[in-house]
Amino acid sequence: MSLSLQSGGSSSRVSASSFSATGTGIVAAANAAGNQVTTRPITTGTSVLGIKYRNGVMLAADTLVSYGSLAKYKNARRLLPVNSRTLIGASGEYSDLQSISDLLIANALEDRCTADSLYEEDNTNEECAKEVWSYLRAVMYQRRNKMNPLWNDVIVAGFQQNPDGSTSDTPFLGTVDKIGTAYEDDMLATGFGGYIALPLMREKYRPDMEEGEARALLEDCLRILFYRDCRALNRVQIAKVTKEGGVLVSEPYELDTFWDYKGYVSTKAGMGTDGGW
Amino acid sequence: MFRNMYDTDVTVWSPEGRLLQVEYAMESVKQGSACIALRSSTHSVLGALKRSVSELSSHQQKILEIDDHLGIGIAGLTADARTLAKWMRNECLNHKYVYGTSMPTGRLATDLADRHQRTTQTYVRRPYGVGLLLASFDKNGPHVFETCPSGNVYECYATAIGARSQSGRTYLEKHYESFPTCSKDDLIMHALRALVGCVAGDGELTKENGSVAVVGKDEKFTLIEGDELQPYLDRLELEGGNNNGGGGGEEEKDDDDEEEDEAKEEDAMET
Repeated sequence: MSLSLQSGGSSSRVSASSFSATGTGIVAAANAAGNQVTTRPITTGTSVLGIKYRNGVMLAADTLVSYGSLAKYKNARRLLPVNSRTLIGASGEYSDLQSISDLLIANALEDRCTADSLYEEDNTNEECAKEVWSYLRAVMYQRRNKMNPLWNDVIVAGFQQNPDGSTSDTPFLGTVDKIGTAYEDDMLATGFGGYIALPLMREKYRPDMEEGEARALLEDCLRILFYRDCRALNRVQIAKVTKEGGVLVSEPYELDTFWDYKGYVSTKAGMGTDGGW
Repeated sequence: MFRNMYDTDVTVWSPEGRLLQVEYAMESVKQGSACIALRSSTHSVLGALKRSVSELSSHQQKILEIDDHLGIGIAGLTADARTLAKWMRNECLNHKYVYGTSMPTGRLATDLADRHQRTTQTYVRRPYGVGLLLASFDKNGPHVFETCPSGNVYECYATAIGARSQSGRTYLEKHYESFPTCSKDDLIMHALRALVGCVAGDGELTKENGSVAVVGKDEKFTLIEGDELQPYLDRLELEGGNNNGGGGGEEEKDDDDEEEDEAKEEDAMET
């Protein structure tokens, strides 16, 4: 697998590229209290994609964590279950994602241990996806107000909850960014995927998509992202939440890629262009 | 009143292993006017007897709304209950802001009990002199919780606290097995019948001193008082039930362990 086929790369990831340009840049600044706060991410994951389909929600992301422009960790999992029916995926600072995941898993454990009812056996104390999403929104917004954000764009997937606590048939898909902006949609993408994958997903999306169609669409998007996004990888994970099966995260696997296009194969020199794409 | 050398501070044990100040606080709950709570599989109902300090004054509020899905009934020091109610309302709002959903009752009840408990272990504090009944309908269905000054918390099908509450409790114990299938109105009637037993001496349950609240599935917490309560009282009258001494009070006859509460001076602080 060749990672540096292209020069240049995405200009959208300003902070990451400026980091690599300056080498050891200053990554933290002091706030008013004299504490160090994050001013740019160090180890980053790129796009996460999410889409609703006929009977569930699906997320997709590659497994690369970059250190600036260096492809540092190639088997990092960025799609994480936080309880039996909620899944998150995040781009941005990987250590902040680990911290978010720890926080949500700790909350889920506390929910399990402090049963609401002594009588009901299957008492669903567990937070539904919407609660996790809303909670994350509050956390992210609070951190940004402290001028010390968690540097992630997070996608939360799961199911809506009926007023009586049972899981409804309606899938939930929401996103929260690093400054606490939160919204729901039928399909979402973070990072570079917002530019490259989201328009494709909007074009192909149908509310009654079968699981296979949704998965094929997401894989296509990941492949295209791998072609165009210099911080992407063709080693990916797909995860889904269904009402019956709960959360399922695939093991990382590699997407087939096709590099035999004429433009890739032939040299640029002598083509009468400036040599760029 | 028994004085004791171990009751001058809440953190001091008696040799029998008791915290006398806490027990005194529990006593203040028993002096407050009665409050009952019960639930079916679709609704939770609170009922309370309100007191007024004089003919010329209004009745002291006994049931407080905390959130759309949750309310409390109080017995003991009203002022303490107001402090706690303010805190609970705040907790519910915070939960709604952070999670976008309403506060799970069990969590609020345990947090409330923790607040009670803290005062029993901290120097220069006194326990809250109030017992609370929480009635709610949340994502896990209807709930009834009881908290007391000692920091204990119980979840119940039905319960009663306050003065003469034993007769109300006896009524509830006798009928609770039929509650799950009760309609909202039936549940309110059960609440009133349990309350009638708690009325003092030759008193009567009226639309002035009675207070009922109900919350249920897709139904916000609603207080039923005054003229809105009258139809239910009329129904009770029809059953021949609104007479503390006899009539519908047939259940109170088997009050094997009725409390001694003859000499209860009506303290203005307690309701």
